[in-house]
Amino acid sequence: MTTETHALGPHDPLPARPGPDPEAGASIWRLAARRLRRNPGALVGATIIVLFVLVALLAPVLAPYDGQALPGRAQIRPTYIPGPSADHLLGLDRFGGDLLSKLIWGARASLTIGVLSTLLGLAGGLLLGVLAGAFGGWVDMATMRLVDLVLSVPSLLLAVSIAAVIGQSPRAVVIAIGAVQVPVFARLLRGTMLAQRGQEYVLAARSLGLTRRTVTMSHVLPNSLGPVIVQATLMLATAVIEAAALSFLGLGGGSPTTAEWGRMLTVAQNELEVAPRLALWPGACIAVTALGFTLFGEALREALDPKTRTR
Amino acid sequence: MLRLVLQRLALLVPTLLGLSVLLFLWVRALPGGPATALLGERATPAEVARVNALYGFDRPLPEQYLTWLGQLLQGNFGVSTRTGTPVLQEFWLRFPATIELTLMALLFAVGVGIPLGYLAARHQGRALDHVTVGVSLLGVTIPVFFLAFLLKWVFAVQLGLLPSAGRLSSSMIATHPTNFYVLDGLLTREWDAAWDALQHLVLPAVALGSIPLAIIARITRASVIEVQNADYVRTARAKGLRPSRLRRRVVLRNAMLPVATTIGLQVGLLLSGAVLTETVFAFNGIGSFLATAIFSLDYAVLQGFILFIAVIYALANLAVDVSYGLIDPRMRAR
Amino acid sequence: MDAVDGPLLSIRDLDVGFRTDQGTALAVRGASFEVHAGETVAVVGESGSGKSTTAAAVVGLLAPNGSVTGGQIHFQGIDLLRAGRAGIARVRGKEIGLVPQDPMSNLNPVVRVGRQIAETLEDNGVVRGPAARRRAVELLDEAGLPDAAARAHQYPHELSGGMRQRVLIAMGLACRPRLLIADEPTSALDVTVQRTILDHLDTLTADLGTAVLLITHDLGLAAERADRVVVMYRGEVVEQGPALDLLRSPRHEYTRRLSAAAPSLASARLTPARPSPPRDAPDTPDNIVEVDGVTKVFRLRGPGLLGRGRDLTAVDDVSFTIPRGTTVALVGESGSGKSTVARMVLDLLTPTAGEIRFNGRAVSGARRDRAAEVRFRKQVQPVFQDPYSSLDPLYSVHRTIEEPLRAHRLGSPDRRRERVEELMDAVALPLDLLRRYPGELSGGQRQRVAIARALAVDPDLVVCDEAVSALDVIVQSQILHLLADLQQRWGLSYLFITHDLAVVRQIADEVCVVQGGRVVESGPVDQVFEAPREGYTRALLDAIPGRSLDLGARSG
Repeated sequence: MTTETHALGPHDPLPARPGPDPEAGASIWRLAARRLRRNPGALVGATIIVLFVLVALLAPVLAPYDGQALPGRAQIRPTYIPGPSADHLLGLDRFGGDLLSKLIWGARASLTIGVLSTLLGLAGGLLLGVLAGAFGGWVDMATMRLVDLVLSVPSLLLAVSIAAVIGQSPRAVVIAIGAVQVPVFARLLRGTMLAQRGQEYVLAARSLGLTRRTVTMSHVLPNSLGPVIVQATLMLATAVIEAAALSFLGLGGGSPTTAEWGRMLTVAQNELEVAPRLALWPGACIAVTALGFTLFGEALREALDPKTRTR
Repeated sequence: MLRLVLQRLALLVPTLLGLSVLLFLWVRALPGGPATALLGERATPAEVARVNALYGFDRPLPEQYLTWLGQLLQGNFGVSTRTGTPVLQEFWLRFPATIELTLMALLFAVGVGIPLGYLAARHQGRALDHVTVGVSLLGVTIPVFFLAFLLKWVFAVQLGLLPSAGRLSSSMIATHPTNFYVLDGLLTREWDAAWDALQHLVLPAVALGSIPLAIIARITRASVIEVQNADYVRTARAKGLRPSRLRRRVVLRNAMLPVATTIGLQVGLLLSGAVLTETVFAFNGIGSFLATAIFSLDYAVLQGFILFIAVIYALANLAVDVSYGLIDPRMRAR
Repeated sequence: MDAVDGPLLSIRDLDVGFRTDQGTALAVRGASFEVHAGETVAVVGESGSGKSTTAAAVVGLLAPNGSVTGGQIHFQGIDLLRAGRAGIARVRGKEIGLVPQDPMSNLNPVVRVGRQIAETLEDNGVVRGPAARRRAVELLDEAGLPDAAARAHQYPHELSGGMRQRVLIAMGLACRPRLLIADEPTSALDVTVQRTILDHLDTLTADLGTAVLLITHDLGLAAERADRVVVMYRGEVVEQGPALDLLRSPRHEYTRRLSAAAPSLASARLTPARPSPPRDAPDTPDNIVEVDGVTKVFRLRGPGLLGRGRDLTAVDDVSFTIPRGTTVALVGESGSGKSTVARMVLDLLTPTAGEIRFNGRAVSGARRDRAAEVRFRKQVQPVFQDPYSSLDPLYSVHRTIEEPLRAHRLGSPDRRRERVEELMDAVALPLDLLRRYPGELSGGQRQRVAIARALAVDPDLVVCDEAVSALDVIVQSQILHLLADLQQRWGLSYLFITHDLAVVRQIADEVCVVQGGRVVESGPVDQVFEAPREGYTRALLDAIPGRSLDLGARSG
C-alpha cells in the first residue's frame, strides 16, 4: 500500500493490499502469450501448425518419393488401385504416384500458397487501411468506397474470376486469394485505427506536440494491430481452403499428377467408388490445417480481448 | 421502415455502377484485349481488327462503356462465346436450380443452426455445448467440396439412400413451367417428380448449408450467452418475470439481432459454395455453368454473373436490414 | 424469529465468494445488518467494497461464478438461502423490488416500456390483460414520468436517462413490494436529475411504507436519505448506525477517511492558492489564458446519403480568463459544452468564432507555425477523465512519462531518467512501478501517471478534463490534494472541467457555470456558493447530496 497514499492525502494509511503481483511488468503481448500457454485450444492449434510447417519444410527429407514421381505406374488397373502396403504406406493414386509422398509435397504447396496469399492480402490491406485511417477525408472516403465495392461480391467468386483472368497457375491463385483479402484487412485496420483515434491517450499524445505521423506510427497503429494479427491467423485457414477450392476448380495449373491437396481431390472425385481414401486423405489434410489456424486464431483473439484483459 | 428500404435501394445504384465500371475495365485490361480473348491466342491481326470493329472495341473507352451499359439496362447481357446463346437466357434456365439449392441450404442452416446454438448456450459447459462447439469448429474448417464428397460417398455410394448427381432422375419425365423443379412438381401435381427433385436436393443442400450452419450456431450461442448476462436480463429476473417469458421475450429476441446480420452474410458464402457443390453433384445450376465459363474465359457470362450475384447479395442484405428493423425498434427510427 | 415483530430483512455473517482463475475470492466477508419495515438503510462503500454483491445475494442474482458460501439471509422470517430457486423467484418482484444502477442498460431494448411493466404485473399475478396495461400507465405516472400514457408506448431508446430511471422505479414498485433495493439508482444521471428522482423515490416509498435498501458510494447522499447507514470496506461491514451519529462521530478509521474525502461534505478549498506576485503594473491583471467570445459549431451529418446536415452549437459565446497561478473551474452537466471548451484551450479543436489567447498570443494561430505550436504544446498539458483510456496500453510507465521529454528533445537519456524519477516522486508513486504497464495499475495510479506525464515538460497550464470523476472518493480526494500541492509548489495554473460542484469547492478559485454552451454565472467560488444569482446554479448547488446536513464542527 505504498501506492495510494500521499504525504498530503488523508493521513492514516489503510491496510495493505495483497502482495506484489507476480505478473508485474508485463506488456499486453506478454500477457497474451502467457494466456495462450494456458489455453488448450491454442496448444492444439499451435501443435498442428508447427507439425504441418515442419512437414512442408522437410518434404524432401520426409517424402519417400518425389511429388511428381509415379513409382507404381505398372500396378494400376482401370478398376484397381493398390491400397496401403509396405512400400507405399498410404497406397498409390490413379496414376501410380505414392499417396503419402504426394500429401507431404502437397503440404508444401498448400501452405506456401496460403501463407504467401495472406501476406499479400495483409500487405495490401495494411497499406490501404493506414492510408485511409491516417489521412481521413477524401482519401478515406475513396478507399472505403472501393473496399465496399469489392466486398459486394462474394470473395471466393471474386478470387475465381481474378485467377481465371490471370491464367491458371499457382501464382494466379496466390494473387487472387491475396487480392480478395485486401479489403477485409483494410476495413478492419481502418476501423480499429478510427476507434483508437478517439482514445484519450491519443489526444494526450497530440497535446505533446507530436506530429500527426508520429502519433499514428507510435500510438495509433501499434494499438490497432491486435485484431489485424488475429484476423490474419484466421485468414490463413480461409486461404488454405480457398486455395484448395481454386485448384479443385482447376485454376491452380499444373497437371493432374501435381502434388497439391485441392488438385488431388479433383482427381479423386472420379475414383470415389474405387478408392475413397484418395479423397479422404487430402481432404483431411486441408481440414486439419485449417483447424490448426482457426484454433490458434480464436485463442489469440481471446488472449488479446480487452474484455478478458486484467484491469 | 419504408424509408430505410428506399434508401438502401438507392445506395445499390452507385454500387452497381461502380461494379460495372470495374467489370468493364477488367475485360478491357486483359493482355491482347477482348478480341484475343474471344478469338484465342492464335488469331491473325486481320481477324482481331474485324472483331474489334464488329463489337466496337475500337471506339473510345467511355463510349464503349456507355454502349455496354445501355445494353445491360435493356437486359442484353451479351452472348456466351462458348454456347452462342444469350447470357440472360442461360440464366433464366439455370438460375432457379441455384436458388432452389441455396434456399434449401439456408433453410437447413438456419433451422438447425439457431436451435443448436440456443440449446448449447442454455447448457453452457455441458456435453451438448461441447458437441456444438466442436461441430461448429469442424464446419468452418472443412472445405465445402470435401464435405460434398464425404456426403456423396457415405449416403449415395455406400448406403445408396439418396441420388448422387443431377436434379432429377433420368427416368423421370416432368414438365417444367418455372424451372424450380420441386415447385414445378407441386404445380403440375406430379407428386413423384416433386419428391424425386426434393431427394436430389438433400445432399447438395446439406453440404452447402453446413458451413453457414456452423457459423450460425456459433454466433447464436455466443449471442445468447452474452444476452443472458446483460443487465436487462438480470433486471427482468429481479422483477419476477416467468422463465418462459424471460427466455422468449427477453433473451431470444435480443439474441437474434447479431444472428440476423450473420444470416445475411451467409448468402455470399452460399453463392460461392454453390459453384463448388454443383460441380461435385453435377447439379445443373448457375454454379456449374460458371465453372465451365471460367475455363473458356466466357467474359459475357462472367460479367453478367458477377453483376447478378452482387444484386442478389445486396438484396439479401437489405432483407436482413428489414428483419433487423422488425426485431429492433432502435433501427426503425433511422 | 418472529415474522411480524422481527426485522424485514436480516443478513447474518454473510460470505459471498467468486470463482476466478486464481481460486475463490471472497467479495463479502461476514456481513451482518438488518432492515426493518418502512425503514431506509444505506450501504456505503467504494467500488469493490461488496455493497452491490450483498444486494445481489439478497435477491439471488449473483453473477454465474458467484455464490453465497456462508451465513443467512432472512426475509420476513423466511430463510432465502434455503428457499430454493422457486422460493426466491416467488419473492422477487412481488416482495422485493429492485431499481438497478444504469438506466441505459437495464431496460429490454426491444419491448415498449409500458409492456415491460405490464408483464411484471402479470407474471407476479397482480392483474393481467388490459387492466395490467392501464395499471402500468398509472404506475409510470406515479413514478413521475410526464405524459405517461404516451410514453408507455415508446421504446427505451426513445426516452432520456432520467425518464428511463423513472420507468425502472415504476417497475421496481409495480407489485408494491415490502422492500425496495435501490443499487446506485441515480449515479449515471446528471446531478439535477439525480436530486428530483431521489426526492420522488423518497416520497413514494414513504407513502407506500416500503423499506429501502439504498446502495451508494456517496456518504453524503446516504446520510441525507437514510435512517441508518452501513459502511462496507473490502467485503466487510466496518461500521453501522444512525446516519447523523455516524457522520458526526465516526468510530472506524475508514469511515473517518471516507467522510473526510467526500467532496459533498467539504466546505472549503483544500489549499488556498498563493496569489501570484504581480509582474507588471498592478492594474493590468496577469492572465495566463483569456477566452474571448468563443463559439464552436459542429456540423452533424444528416441521415442517409443525401440527408441535410444540421448545425449544433456546442459552445456559444463563452468568455473567461484564468489568472496566473489559480484554478478556474468550468462546471456543467453532460452536453453543456464544457469539454469542447477544454479541447479548444488545448488547441485540439479550433473555435468557429472568437479567440483564445495564451500568454497574450492567439492559440489557434499557432497551428500554422510549427515552432510556435511546439512552444505552445510544451506549456499547456492535459489530464483526461478516463483512467483506462488516457494512457497508451503498450507503453510502460517509464516510457509514458519519458515520452514528452523525448518529443521535445529535452536532456540526455540519463538526465531524462532522473527527471522521470523526480516526477514519480512528485506524484508519490514508487519507482518500482516504472516497469509496469497501465493494465497493471489502479485507477488512481494511472491518474498519477497521467499527471506526471503532463508535468514532465514543466507546463504553465494544466487542463484537467473531468480528471477525478471516474475515481472512488478517497482516491479522488488524494488526487485533488496532489493537484493542489503541485499548484502551490510549482505555481501551476489549472483549467478544471467537472460536472461535480462539490469538487469545484475543493480545488477552484473561480468558477464558471455552463449550461447549453453558455456561461450562465461566474465568479469567485465562495461568492457563487454562498450567493448564487442564477436559478440553475442554485439547482446545481441544491443537488449536492448532504449539503443540507448540519454536521456541526468537523475535523478532517
